[in-house]
Amino acid sequence: MSADGQPALIELRQVTKTYGQGQAAFQALAGIDLSIERGEFVAVMGPSGSGKSTAMNIIGCLDTLSSGSYRFCGVPVETLTRDQCARLRRSYLGFVFQGFNLLRRTSALENVELPLLYRGESAATRARLAREALADVGLSGWEQHTSAELSGGQQQRVAIARAIVTRPAVLLADEPTGNLDTQRSREIMELIKRLNTERGITVVMVTHEPDMAAMARRIVHFIDGRIAADASASDAAALARARA
Amino acid sequence: MLWNTLLLAAREIRRNLMRSALTMLGIVIGVAAVVTMVTLGNGATASVAAQIASLGSNLILVMPGQRMGRPTSGSVAPNLRLSDADAIDTQITGVERVSPVVSKSVTAVVGAKNWKTSVTGAGNTYLGVARWELVNGREFSEAEERGGKSVCIIGDRVRRELFGSSDPLGSELRLQSFSCQVIGLLKAKGQGSMGNDQDDFVLIPLRTAQRRLAGNTDVNMVMVSARDGASTERIKERITLLMRERRNVREGQDDNFNVLDTKQISDTLSGTMQILTLLLGAVAAVSLLVGGIGIMNIMLVSVTERTREVGIRLAIGALEREVLLQFLVEAVTLSAVGGLLGILLATVASITLSQFMDLPYSFDVGINLLAFVFSAAIGVAFGYTPAKRAARLNPIEALRHE
Ligand SMILES: Nc1ncnc2c1ncn2[C@@H]1O[C@H](COP(=O)(O)OP(=O)(O)O)[C@@H](O)[C@H]1O
Ligand SMILES: [Mg+2]
Repeated sequence: MSADGQPALIELRQVTKTYGQGQAAFQALAGIDLSIERGEFVAVMGPSGSGKSTAMNIIGCLDTLSSGSYRFCGVPVETLTRDQCARLRRSYLGFVFQGFNLLRRTSALENVELPLLYRGESAATRARLAREALADVGLSGWEQHTSAELSGGQQQRVAIARAIVTRPAVLLADEPTGNLDTQRSREIMELIKRLNTERGITVVMVTHEPDMAAMARRIVHFIDGRIAADASASDAAALARARA
Repeated sequence: MLWNTLLLAAREIRRNLMRSALTMLGIVIGVAAVVTMVTLGNGATASVAAQIASLGSNLILVMPGQRMGRPTSGSVAPNLRLSDADAIDTQITGVERVSPVVSKSVTAVVGAKNWKTSVTGAGNTYLGVARWELVNGREFSEAEERGGKSVCIIGDRVRRELFGSSDPLGSELRLQSFSCQVIGLLKAKGQGSMGNDQDDFVLIPLRTAQRRLAGNTDVNMVMVSARDGASTERIKERITLLMRERRNVREGQDDNFNVLDTKQISDTLSGTMQILTLLLGAVAAVSLLVGGIGIMNIMLVSVTERTREVGIRLAIGALEREVLLQFLVEAVTLSAVGGLLGILLATVASITLSQFMDLPYSFDVGINLLAFVFSAAIGVAFGYTPAKRAARLNPIEALRHE
């Protein structure tokens, strides 16, 4: 519960995730407690294989958890049907992947329109909102280009436009700059930062770069499927300095 | 939602033109092959049936030789004689007309043109028995038949080959060592049941043929038409008895001649036609299968891409049934369009080939429907199944698919 009595936006309690069965079983998440409020900007860090993506996928309702509970706005997600999860995704969540995951041979505009189409928006509304979203990520004039004709940075911006075109409550980004050079990474980071400050979109973002993480207000550290540290960015920076 | 789904399916088809085209091609080829083959087979069967009908149901043929289908016993069967024909005519009841026939392969010459054809030596009765009609000129006169005069009636093919567009009546035609005058022209019958051209022959009086071509008084075949209402079976039995006696076939020995009626001929031929149609059908079924495997291949190759596509759609909030419906619409559209194109192609091909092969054409609803449904089922099964499997996964599993 947050201070004003409303349930937290995202609330994970003792969440575990086990891949495989029997001998081959592997516990990727070993009991996570995490609660995120509206409007937060959370950076998720940790060595590779520590369960960051697993946690993100569970938060994004793209994957199921093995035990524990996940409440989104107080709703127990693990009790939802597949269709209810899909509706939750299309209404409240925007996901940005490391590998972009755009539809191939499809124009930027059509890619961005897609979530609106599944929400049943009219063609005119779709086109207007998709153009606006592409403008928001600085891709005006690139509407008709397919992913093959766009650079990595541009593709990731199309993916972000697709994630925010439905005006989601939460933007989940799993290493959104992982495939980009420093310059492009910075642009994407600034874009995400602006979405958080100007639109009030809650952002949860996985990153390896400390200076990217420093733009967040809160940093969560994963190690071996557990949360090793969870602190405000300034504390985290102090912590990092102290360690150095 | 349905409209949006149609839109999505149309977009995917357009976007993956190559895949769509190849899938459709598989269906087009499968459907077209099956439908064409079976249609042609049907046409051939109908043509044979029509040929036999044109011979008449009351025709009986008597030919020298061992009983069909038995091993030859070494000795050559003697030819028939003119007196055999007379005997059949006078001694057997129920017989309407008897036409002894001599035939020989000869090169006919008119001016500088020559044409290898077959000469039939027979009387006017032949025209009635074999159901020929004159379009021009006249039949033989009695004097011409009896005197073995040098006159002839020609088939339409012979007219075309030797006279072209000029009028053949009254012209001279050279057959081997003698020439004869054209006095009549027969109405065209078209291709025969064995693929032969029935119109490719010259008719001369029996006696003329015996004297001028054969040099003996033998007869190659006796054609007998039964009177309306008379039993052909009974007549055949009587002819057999009579011929055994006349040809001195001893008791216990096999006949050295054949007595056939059109029903037997038609049975033999339609048996052959059935085997032929079956064979064509088998070839066509193989091509349908090959088409199906082609579709399968294309679909399986794109499973990874399609699975990821499903993952993307699910991840951005598509419902499982929305994704499935899109894939179903896609597969059904491709299959249906492919099937219709296949039917169209088959129709064009069947009509063209039928014309070329001189076969009657008719649209067979059953085989069109069958081929269409079968290939459509393959198309839908292989287009839809990967999507079905992918849509059951968690979105993240579908996205991770490789
Ligand atoms: N589908 C899967 N099947 C089996 N093991 C998996 C699967 N996905 C991830 N893992 C394992 O779970 C652990 C955590 O993975 P992940 O959450 O992707 O880590 P991170 O994103 O922090 O690098 C890793 O050891 C990984 O090998
Ligand atoms: Mg990861």
